[in-house]
Amino acid sequence: MRWVNIRPNRRSAVALGALPLLLALVAYLFASAARHAANASDKVLPTPAAMAAAMRGLLLDADPLSGQVIFWADTAASLERLGLGLGICTLSALLVGMVLGVLPAARATLGAFVTTIAVIPPIALLPILFIIFGLGETAKVALIVIGITPFMIRDIAAHVAALPQEQIVKAQTLGASSWQLALRVALPQALPRLISGLRLSLGPAWVYLISAEAIASDVGLGYRIFLVRRYLSMDIIIPYVAWISILAIAMDFALAQLSRRAFVWAHQGHR
Amino acid sequence: MSDLLAFDNVWLEYGDKIVLERVDLAIAERSFVSIVGPSGAGKSSFLRLVLGQEAPSRGRILLDGKQLPAECGPDRGVVFQRYSVFPHLTVLRNVMFARECADARFTARLFGAAKRRAAEEARAMLAEVGLDDSLHLYPTQLSGGMQQRLAIAQALIARPRVLLLDEPFGALDPGIRQDMHRLILRLWDEHALTVLMVTHDITEAFKLGTRVLAFDKRRIDPHAPHRFGATAVYDLLLRNKLPLETPEASVKSITIDRFGNNSQE
Repeated sequence: MRWVNIRPNRRSAVALGALPLLLALVAYLFASAARHAANASDKVLPTPAAMAAAMRGLLLDADPLSGQVIFWADTAASLERLGLGLGICTLSALLVGMVLGVLPAARATLGAFVTTIAVIPPIALLPILFIIFGLGETAKVALIVIGITPFMIRDIAAHVAALPQEQIVKAQTLGASSWQLALRVALPQALPRLISGLRLSLGPAWVYLISAEAIASDVGLGYRIFLVRRYLSMDIIIPYVAWISILAIAMDFALAQLSRRAFVWAHQGHR
Repeated sequence: MSDLLAFDNVWLEYGDKIVLERVDLAIAERSFVSIVGPSGAGKSSFLRLVLGQEAPSRGRILLDGKQLPAECGPDRGVVFQRYSVFPHLTVLRNVMFARECADARFTARLFGAAKRRAAEEARAMLAEVGLDDSLHLYPTQLSGGMQQRLAIAQALIARPRVLLLDEPFGALDPGIRQDMHRLILRLWDEHALTVLMVTHDITEAFKLGTRVLAFDKRRIDPHAPHRFGATAVYDLLLRNKLPLETPEASVKSITIDRFGNNSQE
């Protein structure tokens, strides 16, 4: 049988997918054991036991200064910033993207402007944001918003503008006004795209969040990682990074499920 | 029979390229006009003019004696070869769309009794095209023929003055196409429709039409082919339609004369 025709079934696909993850884990354990055999106080590749011990304090004991459990306080702070940022992004991208996609005149007026904003590297704007909004929460949320919104606006606008002209004409021959066309034809077809755009934006959103937290913050997952770096605390950094990946995967999965449930028509294979 | 649609010296030009020139036509109410012609002879442009997607660069198009605005409206229904239905709406909601737009200007959605009435009306229309057992499917779950039935039902429910068909059966299998021919003739009769149909299939044009328009260029300048536009070079009223059962391959020739006894062998 040719290699191109070998298709794993569902069960073996799961097993095959888990294989590289397991291999990476095993490789780490071996490397960590080897380093500790050479130097028992190695800090670069901590053993799982060392990570558990280091995390225990952060996970279970309240911080004497703030009275909060540090790990959960970090998680809550980061998720709040991320959620706020992504929420503002999604709403404004939907609004502006729809207007640009549906109205050619708006596209002609604002298209070049949005493209210009989109090419500015958002991190380069971080100092400006800190100057304008101070070092509080606003600047961090604003960085996520500025980083992601232009991409999502362009994505939605392009998707709506690319709806078959036949559909737009048909809706008009059925008596739809501009508003009705936007509401009943363009908007429902933009929503699944909005969710997939949001999924793609999760990665950059985490980058901006952690950058902002690394530079000026007093709580948050990114803040903690950059704080303990000073003490070479790989036993805290690695669990934190793993936790961030788990959160990111969970968000991505939840969005994919939401799209499947809410927009059955968009997930029926061939179109 | 009065003239429903009139073309008064209509031209369509893009810069110095002339697509249509001197189109003078009067289309009677209740007629079924087939439009044939080679590719690039302006059939689709002609349909776009009637649809209001484009405005003529010269001349006037009159519908019921009033000049057509350069915008699509509910007085003209359309069925395209593809993409004519909304993929995000079920069969029933696709057909309710026109009623919802007409009766709910702001939300474009109906509720309660009004919604039930609209659904009932849509269900009756769907029964006419034979889709009454697929009400809650999405268009992607339908075959090509069923999608076109849906597109026709969706257009007819808005009660258009003219129904425009742009190669509506071009992508269908021959057997399905014959069913669709029967369906469209029945609807044309029952709903007293006026139909303009662009088609590549000559047999289809002569089977369905009461009148066949052949579009082509009258003259060609070999040095500047874009300077002469197309127009209706043949305009045939059909007395003897081809029988519906005519298999496509059996038509060897279609004889055309100007005295009203067009026949086929």
